[in-house]
Amino acid sequence: MKKSKMILSVLLAGTMVLGLAGCGSPSKSTSDNASDSKTSDSSDGDTFKIGGIGPTTGGAAVYGQAVKNAAELAVNEINEAGGINGKQVELNFQDDEHDAEKAVNAYNTLKDWGMQALLGTVTSTPCVAVANEAYADNMFLLSPSGSAVECVQYDNAFRVCFSDPNQGLASAQYIGENKLASKVAVIYDSSDVYSSGIYEKFAEEAKNQDFEIVAAEAFTADNNKDFSTQIQKAKDAGADLVFLPIYYTEASLILDQAKKSGYDTKFFGCDGLDGILSVENFDTSLTEGVMLLTPFAADAEDEATQKFVSEYKEKYGDTPNQFAADAYDGMYAIKAAFEAENVTPDMSISDICEAAKKGITSITVDGLTGGEEGITWTADGEPNKSPKAVIITDGAYKAM
Amino acid sequence: MKKKMLNTTKNNLITYGMVIIAYIIVQIFVLSGSLSNLMQGLLVPLCTYVILALSLNLTVGVLGELSLGHAGFMCIGAFTGAFFSKCTFGTIPDGLRFFLAILLGALVAAIFGILIGIPVLRLRGDYLAIVTLAFGEIIKNVMNVLYVGKDSAGFHFSLKDQMSLNLADGGEVIIKGAQGISGTPKNSTFTIGIILVLITLFIILNLMNSRDGRAVMAIRDNRIAAESIGINITKYKLMAFAVSASLAGVAGVLYAHNLATLTALPKNFGYNMSIMILVFVVLGGIGNMRGSIIAAVLLTLLPEVLRGLNDYRMLIYAVVLIVMMLFNWSPKAQEWKARHSLKKLFGRKDTAAKGGN
Amino acid sequence: MSFLSYLINGISLGSVYAIIALGYTMVYGIAKMLNFAHGDVIMIGSFVVFITTSATGMNPLLAVLLSVVVCTILGMVIERLAYKPLRGASPLAVLITAIGVSYFLQNIALLLFGANPKSFTSVVKIPALNLAGGKLIISGETIVTIVTCIVIMIVLTMFMKTKPGQAMLAVSEDKGAAQLMGVNVNKTISLTFAIGSGLAAIAGVLLCSAYPSLTPYTGSMPGIKAFVAAVFGGIGSIPGALLGGVILGVIEILSKAYISSQLSDAIVFGVLIIVLLVKPTGILGKKINEKV
Repeated sequence: MKKSKMILSVLLAGTMVLGLAGCGSPSKSTSDNASDSKTSDSSDGDTFKIGGIGPTTGGAAVYGQAVKNAAELAVNEINEAGGINGKQVELNFQDDEHDAEKAVNAYNTLKDWGMQALLGTVTSTPCVAVANEAYADNMFLLSPSGSAVECVQYDNAFRVCFSDPNQGLASAQYIGENKLASKVAVIYDSSDVYSSGIYEKFAEEAKNQDFEIVAAEAFTADNNKDFSTQIQKAKDAGADLVFLPIYYTEASLILDQAKKSGYDTKFFGCDGLDGILSVENFDTSLTEGVMLLTPFAADAEDEATQKFVSEYKEKYGDTPNQFAADAYDGMYAIKAAFEAENVTPDMSISDICEAAKKGITSITVDGLTGGEEGITWTADGEPNKSPKAVIITDGAYKAM
Repeated sequence: MKKKMLNTTKNNLITYGMVIIAYIIVQIFVLSGSLSNLMQGLLVPLCTYVILALSLNLTVGVLGELSLGHAGFMCIGAFTGAFFSKCTFGTIPDGLRFFLAILLGALVAAIFGILIGIPVLRLRGDYLAIVTLAFGEIIKNVMNVLYVGKDSAGFHFSLKDQMSLNLADGGEVIIKGAQGISGTPKNSTFTIGIILVLITLFIILNLMNSRDGRAVMAIRDNRIAAESIGINITKYKLMAFAVSASLAGVAGVLYAHNLATLTALPKNFGYNMSIMILVFVVLGGIGNMRGSIIAAVLLTLLPEVLRGLNDYRMLIYAVVLIVMMLFNWSPKAQEWKARHSLKKLFGRKDTAAKGGN
Repeated sequence: MSFLSYLINGISLGSVYAIIALGYTMVYGIAKMLNFAHGDVIMIGSFVVFITTSATGMNPLLAVLLSVVVCTILGMVIERLAYKPLRGASPLAVLITAIGVSYFLQNIALLLFGANPKSFTSVVKIPALNLAGGKLIISGETIVTIVTCIVIMIVLTMFMKTKPGQAMLAVSEDKGAAQLMGVNVNKTISLTFAIGSGLAAIAGVLLCSAYPSLTPYTGSMPGIKAFVAAVFGGIGSIPGALLGGVILGVIEILSKAYISSQLSDAIVFGVLIIVLLVKPTGILGKKINEKV
C-alpha cells in the first residue's frame, strides 16, 4: 500500500509539473493544442484567436461536434478569403462534456492559449457559467446555441439562436393564429433547460390563444427511450396536435412509437427538431406532415445553404443540423462585427470586446439562419431574425 | 501500543503537512503570477473533490459500506447553500453569509444522511450500494422538477411547473426546476477551500482515532463480534454515515458558490458523479485518507492536462484509469512493486528527495 | 382499456430490461462483480448489427449472429485484460476497472461512429398483434423479446445442469472449494463472461429494435436500469432477472401514466428501495445465512 501511494505521489507531481509547465509559456501550449481544429500556424499578434467551447464527448456530443465542425469550416473559408481585416483566424475548440465546471475549465484553458473572443458555449447550463467568467474578463462572447435567458444577461454576451421563451411564445402564437389545433398535448424533457424553458413560456402564452393544453407530459434524460405512456395520454386526451419542444433524437423515437401505437396526429416542433431528416437510416416517411419553426433548413434552395451543406457533408460525412448553421453564422457575425469596428489582433481583450459589442449591433448578417431579412442584434444580446415555419413533405422541408 | 499511536500521529501530521505545503506552493505560484488560468480555475474544484473523496472514504473505508449515492448529498448541500445565499443576498455581509450557507448545507445534508441512513444501513453490501444509488437518483430527479418561489406572502413550492407556484406580482422564482438556480454569488476561494479540506481531514482523522471511530471500525471488521461486546451498531453506523453526508454537503456548497449556475444534470449530480468519487477513494486506497486526496487531485487534473489530445482525451483518460487500477490493485503488480521498491534501491532519504522533484 | 394498454407497454419495456438483466445477473452470480461495462457491450453489439445490415446489406439474422460472436470475443478479451489481473483483489477495485472499461468502450465508439444518432432498422419482421379492434397493440418486438427472454431463461437453466454449468455454480458458491474440487476457476469465469457478453449482443439488438435510436451512450442508462431490475428480482437469480425486469417496466409505465411523468424515475427507485427494505435480497433472491 505504501509503495503504491508513493508511486501515486510521483505521478501526481508529474501531472502538476505538466499542468504548471503549460502556463509559463502560453505559446508552447498552443503548439501541442488542438492540432486538427487549428487552422493556421502564424505567430502571436498577427492572428485572431477565437475560442470555442461545447460538448464533444458525452451524451450531448452531437451538438458540440456540429458546432465545432461548422466553426472550423467557417474559419477555413474566412482565412482563404483573406481573413478578418486582413488577419488570419485561429480556432481552438475545447470540450466541456455539457458540464458547467468543465466549461469553466475549458474557458480558462482557452484564456491560457490567448483567446480574444469566444464562440460558445453550445449548451445552456455551461453557457451561463462561462458567461459569468467572460463578463468578469470583459471577453466578447457569442453563443451559437445557448438559449436560456441567463446566457446573455451580461452586455458582453450575444447569441445566434432564439431564446427559449421566444421560441415558446412564437410556437404558441403560430399554432393559435393559424388555428392549427384546438386541443394540444405537449411532450417535453423536464430535466433539460432548453425544453422546459420553451414549455413554460408556451403554456403561459397558450392561455391567451385559442387552443387548450390537454396534456403536458414530461420525460427525463434518464428515461428517454419509452414514450408509449406519453403518447397514449395525448391520444386519450384527444389532442389533435402534439407540441414537441425537444431535440430530434428523442423526437425520432416519439414519431416511431406514435406510429406503432396507431396514433395519427399533427406534430409541431421547434428548432431542436431540425436534424431529424438526417438521422442516419431514419425512415423519413414517419416525419410526413411534421411542422416546425426553424431558422435553418438543410435542404433550403439558396446558394449559401447548399454550399455549406455540401462542404460540410464532404468534410465530416454528416448533414449539418441547426447547431452547425448557428455556429457558421456566429463565426461570420464575429467577422462582420470585427470588420465594422476595425478590430485588430493586437488590441487588448477588453478593447476587442467593447468594439465587437458596438460592431455587432450595427451589422446585418445574411447567414444560413437569417431568412430573407438577415440577422441583426440588439444590445441585450438577442438576435433579431424570423423563424420559418416549415412542414415536412416527402422527406423534405416545405415553407408553410 | 504507544509506538503505534505515535506512528498514527506522525502519519496524520504528514497528511496535514502535505495539504498545507501544497497550499503554500500554489500561493507562491499565484503571487508570482506564473499559475495558468486553467490551474487557478481548478483550485476550488480540486478542494471540492478532495472533500468529497475524504467524506466518501469515511463511508467506504472506515464504515466499510459501499455508497453509490454520494453525489446526492452533494446535490442537497449545493442547492441548500445556493438557495440560502440567493435568499439572503444583500441582507447579510458576504463572509458571514457564506459561512452560514456552509453550515446550513452541512446540516441539511446530515439530516438527509440520517433519514436515508436509518432504512438503508440495515442492508448489506451490494444491496446497500444499489439503494444509495437509488436515493441519489431520486434526489436528482426531484431537484429537476422542484420549483421554489418567493413573494410577499412567503415561499411557494411546486413539483410541477413555474405557473403552479401562483406567485404574487414582484415574486421571484429562486429554484426553477431543470434550470436550477442561477446567479449564486461566487464566494468560494482557494483559501476557504483549503480551510474546509483541513477541517474535513481533522474531523475524519480525529474520528478514526477516537473511541467512537474505533467502534465504527470494529463494526466494519466484524459486525457480530462488535455487537456481542455491546457496541450499538445502528448508532455508530448512522453517526459515521451522517458525518460523511454532511461533509459531502459542505463540498456541495463550495461547488455551488464557485459557478454562476447550478443545475442537477446527470453529469454533476447523477450516479456518474457518485461513481467518480468512488474512483478517487478506491484508487487512493480504501481507508487511506492521504491516498484519497492524491487520487482526487490526480484524476481531476488528468482530463484537463490531456486537453491537448483533443478527440482522444477521454479515451486516453479511460486507459490511464484502467492501467492505474491494475497497477495499484492487482496482486501481481503488488508483488512486483515489493520487489522493485524504490526504497530498496535508493534507501529512504533518496526516495523522499525524488518524490519532491 | 387504457389500463390494459399501459400494462402491455409496461411489459414490453420490462422485457427489454429483463433481457439485459439476464446478462448482468449471470455475471454477478458467478464472478460477484457489478459489470458496469455490460451496457456498453450492448451498445457495441448494436453497432455491429447496424453497420453490417445498413452498410453491407447483410441478412439481419446473420448480422445478429456475427454480433454475438463479436461481443463474446470482446467480453472474453475485456475479462482477460482488465478483470483477470485483479482476481483476488477487493471487489471494489474490479468495479472501478469496469467503469474504466465502460468509459473506454463509449469513447472508442464515439471516435469510430460519431455522436450523431443512428436509426436502427428493426430486425423483427413479425407484424404487431392487434387486439380488441385495434385498441390494444402488442408490437412484434415485444413478442420476440418476451419469447427470447423465456427461451434464454430455459436454456440457461438447463445449461446450469451441465458440467460447465455446475462448475459455475460451484465457483459462485465458493471459489476456493471449487478449485480444490478440480474446477478450473479462471476458465469458468472466462466462460461466464463469454456467455454474458453474447447475451448482451442479443439484448442490444432487441433494445435497438424496440427503441431504434443508436448512439455511443445508448447502453449506459438501460444498463443501469437493468441492473436495478436484476437487484429487484434478486441478483444472481435467472428467473429473478426476468421477473424484476418486467415488474420494473410495469411500475415505470404505470407511475408515468397515473402519478407523474416528471417524477417517474423517483417513483421507480422509491419502489425499489421499499422492496429491498422488505425483502433485502430481492424478490427471488436467496437468503444469506450469516456465519459467526
